[in-house]
Amino acid sequence: MDRTHLLNELWEYQLKFGYISEKAISRISKKLKVSIVEVESVTTFYHFFHQKPTGKFIVYLNNSIISDIKGHEAVKAAFEKETGSTFNEYGDNEFSLFDTSCIGMSDQEPAALINFQPFTDLTPKKVKGIIDSLKNDENVKDIASKTKSKIQYHPEGDKAIIFRSYEMGKSIREGIKYSPDEIVDKISKAKLLGLGGAFFPVGYKWNSCKNNEADTKYIICNADEGEPGTFKDRALLQYLPGLVIEGMVLAGYATGAKEGIIYLRAEYQYFKKRLEGLLEEFRKTKLLGKDILGVKDFDFDIRIQLGAGSYVCGAASALIESLEGRRGEPPVRTWSATKHGFRHKPTVVNNVETLAYASRIIELGEDHFLSLGTEESPGTKLISISGDVAKPGIYEIEYGTPIIDMLGIEMSQATSPYFIQVSGPSGECINNTEFNRRICKEDIMCGGSFMVFNRTRDLLNILRNFMEFFKEESCGVCTPCRAGNYILNEKVKKMQRGLASQEDIKEIKQWGNIIKLSSRCGLGKSSPNSLIYAVEKFKDYFNLKIPPTNEFLNVEFDMQDAVQEFDSFIKDTQPELDK
Amino acid sequence: MKPVKFKIDGRVCTAEKGQNLIEAAKANGIFIPTLCYFKHLNPLGSCRICTVKNNGRPIAGCTLNVDEGMDIEVNSAELLDLRKAILEMMFVEGNHFCPSCEKSGDCEMQNLGYETGIRYARFPHLFVDRVVDARPERIVVNQNRCIKCKRCIEEIKTNDGHKVFHLTQRGNRTMVSVDYEQEAKLSEQQAEHAMHICPTGSILVKGKTFGKPFGDRQFDYAKANTNIPLTDLKKHVNKNKKKKRVATASLAGCFGCHMSMLDIDLGILDLVDIVEFDKSPLTDYKKFNERCDIGLIEGGCCNTDNIEVLRKFRKNCDILISVGECAIWGGVPAIRNTLPLEDCLKEAYIDSLTSEENETVIPNHEDIPKILDKVYCNHDVVKIDYHIPGCPPNANHIWNVVKNILFEEDYSITYPEFKYD
Repeated sequence: MDRTHLLNELWEYQLKFGYISEKAISRISKKLKVSIVEVESVTTFYHFFHQKPTGKFIVYLNNSIISDIKGHEAVKAAFEKETGSTFNEYGDNEFSLFDTSCIGMSDQEPAALINFQPFTDLTPKKVKGIIDSLKNDENVKDIASKTKSKIQYHPEGDKAIIFRSYEMGKSIREGIKYSPDEIVDKISKAKLLGLGGAFFPVGYKWNSCKNNEADTKYIICNADEGEPGTFKDRALLQYLPGLVIEGMVLAGYATGAKEGIIYLRAEYQYFKKRLEGLLEEFRKTKLLGKDILGVKDFDFDIRIQLGAGSYVCGAASALIESLEGRRGEPPVRTWSATKHGFRHKPTVVNNVETLAYASRIIELGEDHFLSLGTEESPGTKLISISGDVAKPGIYEIEYGTPIIDMLGIEMSQATSPYFIQVSGPSGECINNTEFNRRICKEDIMCGGSFMVFNRTRDLLNILRNFMEFFKEESCGVCTPCRAGNYILNEKVKKMQRGLASQEDIKEIKQWGNIIKLSSRCGLGKSSPNSLIYAVEKFKDYFNLKIPPTNEFLNVEFDMQDAVQEFDSFIKDTQPELDK
Repeated sequence: MKPVKFKIDGRVCTAEKGQNLIEAAKANGIFIPTLCYFKHLNPLGSCRICTVKNNGRPIAGCTLNVDEGMDIEVNSAELLDLRKAILEMMFVEGNHFCPSCEKSGDCEMQNLGYETGIRYARFPHLFVDRVVDARPERIVVNQNRCIKCKRCIEEIKTNDGHKVFHLTQRGNRTMVSVDYEQEAKLSEQQAEHAMHICPTGSILVKGKTFGKPFGDRQFDYAKANTNIPLTDLKKHVNKNKKKKRVATASLAGCFGCHMSMLDIDLGILDLVDIVEFDKSPLTDYKKFNERCDIGLIEGGCCNTDNIEVLRKFRKNCDILISVGECAIWGGVPAIRNTLPLEDCLKEAYIDSLTSEENETVIPNHEDIPKILDKVYCNHDVVKIDYHIPGCPPNANHIWNVVKNILFEEDYSITYPEFKYD
């Protein structure tokens, strides 16, 4: 067996039996001719693979901060009450309940996946209904929620780039009028940036892949949208999947790659069938397959690879590791993927949104794209707005739009916004003196996640949620990220317990910088950001909450808290003296 | 291969183009510490201790190949502190009880701790309950000590090329697991190789761990002629008094540090000439008579009495020093920190081999102190001015620190006097 099929093989066992048994692992290891522990290393890495039997229904309830502020706790309690199972303990043979990080449904929280079918806008009452139906043998799929996000805003009339009418094959037809070189040139001219969050120039990437001679090349669509708060890639794949596919075909045409892979995050597998249907339709209309649209030797086909629950796999290098059937650890990089990527061949990894924009640039021409936005970041950008706003959903905004406009009456209608997290937990937070900042390369970029919190939200609670997320999602291979995020999380806990002083604030900044300087990949290099920015930008809050450092007895110690455990059980261990 | 010129901390170095930075630096007489880099293995880049800056950009030195014109920063204050910090993270993440470790003295991580002069960790110890796996045929894997460097994963393979170790789980639960089937195929020699390349005491070969006795190990008397200056001590000059006052206490410890204090033998006679002991087990004074210049604390805090004594010391001493591993981070008593308190007490008083059913009880009375949920180190409870590591610390180490603080002369200790065990 080819190692690249490992994830699919594991998925087969997982979906069929609810877990991957020791026997199965042993069998797979023989097929791969590797040791058992090597297969275990992969199965234990991914959140959605289980080593112990699970119930007939597996519930994954999102524990992201947006879910939290929209009533996660009550919904969680309702699930436990109705099913009789406890979260994160394998439960009975009916229901297994698990926490999971953001499932790309931040405009419809609290949300959960039950056997990977989506259930959104949950309330305790709704949970009861769902569990009752499941107990009555109703089909999960039949009672699942519709998940399409509302497209709340796009530039008026002809200006919109993404949200305008779509005609299947139009971009490809337009594209083949040009040579591959010209395509790369058009993308470069349009200054298209990678929209997954790294903002790497797309033209440069395509060009470098094109110039690297090889018998095989790959185009990978990164649909592993894991940053909490973002759901724009899901929306694109639900509304305009054709645009993304055409972007891949064009990338193949431009670079000479003949194989495309959509790395779809496991949380989105409920629309995998629909995507596959669409790919089939593309093949039938000669937009995929051999000699596309009759152009000789223009061959390109796409398959979908399902992820298995890992945030770090959203980083291109880790994603390739995962595709090759290994742990999603970002490798030590000696080559760029455009030289030695998937199977050691030149590979372009682009985000869903990037590919959609690439097709539109070819379709509409780069001049249309350049006429919008700012000098360094032309065009528009999809933003997923969630949190304390009246209109959560997808926004196609022109680059250069001030944050204040995005919060205003014309757009998301935020209610007394206080803390805004731009680009998710790994991004930057914004306080109310910065609302005139603009989303563009010249000022602040946004990967897609835009979470708004009002004054009633507890800042420490938000930051704790972020740190718990990184602690869980670190791949575990390098020390500063694996241990450092754990340690920073302990710091936040200390602040929550009221035992911190201003000295701790200083340490957060110092320790955060150490983690950022020494971590191996983008996860560790950005995970302390939210915390460092928050203590810097919300001084009012932290000055109020955290007392200044006391020169003499600078350490707070809660003795009452430290003996509580002893007090709580000691009575039951004593003989009854009265008798 | 073409020779290239590059700079390390401003010094011009030469090496072959593409040579690994760690090797290239070594050839030029510059030592870049690392715990995962290993001879012929592809760079693993996992421990991050060798982090350097290349033209201002931070990168793991072991993953860097030298090239013409590179400007590399290795020993700047920032990077030295960063290296120390990463090592401290390793210490707090695992449960590294040097005094009870079979590898002590042969441990690369411990030695790097000495080299970088770590006296205590700036981070809180995490005390995660970790497995000691004795199921394999020849080896024992102690997860408490593993730093996930991946050396064993890449290096140790069976004769038919199968891996014996691999990372499993992720995040803070990541660990190096053993493949029992493959491990059984290892030869004695291969198993010992695994033990030797492990930079900590995580992989041990059953029956082979004490092959070399303590005291004869590679780092025991390393650099015996080098002195460590005792810097960054707060000098304390109080000219009003003739004799300086010192108080000592033993909290959750074993009195071993106090024993060690007496180890300066006749030197103690000189000492009583210049300092006076206040509250201390040495004088048996139960209360402070006067304000003291220095308080020496042995042991951490495991009960409410420890907390009160410690707070009293803080109130009555100008400078407070944690002496020994228990005082610094909990030490041996903190082995219980990975387990619930109730389990520990039940094991000790109710389910122990010598206790008879229904005859014993967990002691609880208003006159005896309550047990805390875990053992706290002293700087969790009050501000501590200085830490003296060791189990116990060497007598010279203790008294030279005291003399440094009390008198204006500088004293230093020898390299082998700085130990964690």
